[in-house]
Amino acid sequence: MGILEVKGVNKRFGGLKALSDVNLDIAEGSVHAIIGPNGAGKSTLLNCFVGRLEPDTGTVMFDGRSLLGIQPFEINQIGVSRVFQTPEIFADLNLLENVMIPAFARRDGAFKINGWMSVGDEAEIREEAMTMLDELGMASKADHIAGQLSRGDKRRLELAMCLVQKPKLLLLDEPTAGMARADTNNTIDLLKQIAKRGITMVVIEHDMHVVFSLADRISVLAQGTVIVEDEPGKIKGNPKVQEAYLGGAHL
Amino acid sequence: MLGLNKRDTLLFAIVIAITLLAPIILNPFPVASDLAQFNAGYPDLMQRFVIFGIFAIGFNILFGLTGYLSFGHAAFLGVGSYAGVWMMKLLTMNVVPAIIVSVIFAGLFSLLVGFISLRRSGIYFSILTLAFAQMSFSLAYSVLTPITNGETGLQLSLNDPRILGVSQTADGSIPMTNFFGIAMRDGFELSMGGWLFTFNAGYYLCAAILLIAFYVSIRIFRSPFGVMLKAVKSNQQRMLYTGLNPRPYTLAAFVISGMYAGLAGGLMVAMDPLAGAERMQWTASGEVVLMTILGGTGTLIGPILGSGVIKYFENIFSKINDNILHDWFAFLPDGLEDFVVAIVYPFVGKGWHLTLGIVFMLVVIFLPGGIVEGGQRIAGLFKRKPPEDKNKTAAASAPSAAE
Repeated sequence: MGILEVKGVNKRFGGLKALSDVNLDIAEGSVHAIIGPNGAGKSTLLNCFVGRLEPDTGTVMFDGRSLLGIQPFEINQIGVSRVFQTPEIFADLNLLENVMIPAFARRDGAFKINGWMSVGDEAEIREEAMTMLDELGMASKADHIAGQLSRGDKRRLELAMCLVQKPKLLLLDEPTAGMARADTNNTIDLLKQIAKRGITMVVIEHDMHVVFSLADRISVLAQGTVIVEDEPGKIKGNPKVQEAYLGGAHL
Repeated sequence: MLGLNKRDTLLFAIVIAITLLAPIILNPFPVASDLAQFNAGYPDLMQRFVIFGIFAIGFNILFGLTGYLSFGHAAFLGVGSYAGVWMMKLLTMNVVPAIIVSVIFAGLFSLLVGFISLRRSGIYFSILTLAFAQMSFSLAYSVLTPITNGETGLQLSLNDPRILGVSQTADGSIPMTNFFGIAMRDGFELSMGGWLFTFNAGYYLCAAILLIAFYVSIRIFRSPFGVMLKAVKSNQQRMLYTGLNPRPYTLAAFVISGMYAGLAGGLMVAMDPLAGAERMQWTASGEVVLMTILGGTGTLIGPILGSGVIKYFENIFSKINDNILHDWFAFLPDGLEDFVVAIVYPFVGKGWHLTLGIVFMLVVIFLPGGIVEGGQRIAGLFKRKPPEDKNKTAAASAPSAAE
């Protein structure tokens, strides 16, 4: 039994069937990639995990709890963090504050009025945030305004914001989209390190290089349904995958 | 000191010094001089500076931190005022219970308004708050006359019960508002050379409360709670996926700023026990928006400066009439004098709104950070850039150095 179990998930948008009978079983501590052509329903599926979308039918269980019918912040509080395709950060705040906010969220919960404390006295949280920034090589930019970072740095910052929460499950929506090759390789190394800490990861990715260097298992989604799920080595040669995903071309 | 970092302590110390010395600072011109009309150091106006300062500080906690622009905050000020006058009618002329009850009522009312209005954001939120305030104004003006005394306004009368006080004084007049026996109107005048300074008890009560209100606002700005409010302004989506529920944070900011408005309303009636419906009108709500933006949205000191400038314009600048202008330009040849006066006149006196409007537009276009940004730019011209590493340690100790 995996940490994330998806059973019989269906989702319709009007006449369009975005997901039909999706089943996934993601093992704890693994890196699971979801690939598929554009419009296959990858992002829709991810949105069903974080409370952004509600499936029409089916169940999504995380660590023995249903993720359906609860708010995104509640899902995060039980250990699911998400990196977006376009980095979602606090653009007006500096990097340190950006990373301290999720650290506060983990310690204090979804809502707490601690208006009398000073951020300056929160040594522990500050330390934690600085360590995380340092790990991602951004400690020297701690006082920069996040909105002014390059796109690659914004992604790393978002990753830092997720990691500082010590999530059990990390969802990544195209973590290397729009990155230069060197940046992509750095990101892969970084994600490998994260995987070593035992954080389960679900990655949606277009870049096959990224997918095959990271994933322990791959699910191929086409037209809203999982057509194949296997180890990376076996995916490459699978004719079904080549047919659906690449239109018959060889990988 | 007081749990503030160095910079904030300095800022707070400056504000303390200015408010305590205001009767002197605001009266720079000798009584006999022509410029005496620009003296703003009389109790009535100084009280207004401070009371509207409190109003704007509170408004800034909502607008400056969370970015939610309320166009209905005057309603909370009005509710505070009515509650305050009722306390004086029913209980005692001591201002303390009146002020406390003002804050409580405004807080409860803002909880209701905020709970409903915060279901929307952006312009829809603003319109909802405006609708609530106009509704409150209309109700106070007509339907709720038994409570608000309609267009006359709620005032004290000789046969009010005043359980803990007296209905009327021995000589048959309405007792005066007081702080444990110190009448708000009391004070003393100090004449030095040609200068006359008035130290008024009411002003100093307001000033003390302003300082407390300002201190609380600094603490909120620098707290994790304050950072969360900034996060609300910056990216609610990210908050939601970071395990934080933005709505109670925004509602808390709304209620806190509503309570500040109620405090201001309570102080108004403590100084002058009269509450009218016009206090809740949309123009009054708009005024606090102007004050905050003019001074510097999201800065600590900005709202106080903004309210000071607007109240100065309203009360002093508006007094310059054509006679005064003719006096000023008397050195010019007659024809030219009339011409210059004709040009300048629309901008002063009753036309003060025009000048204020122009100043406001200039500030919004060229100094989006308000007077505070202007001050920072001027300071920047005189100060050489500190070395890089120094910058960093400062930022590490005060994460919001941008303010």
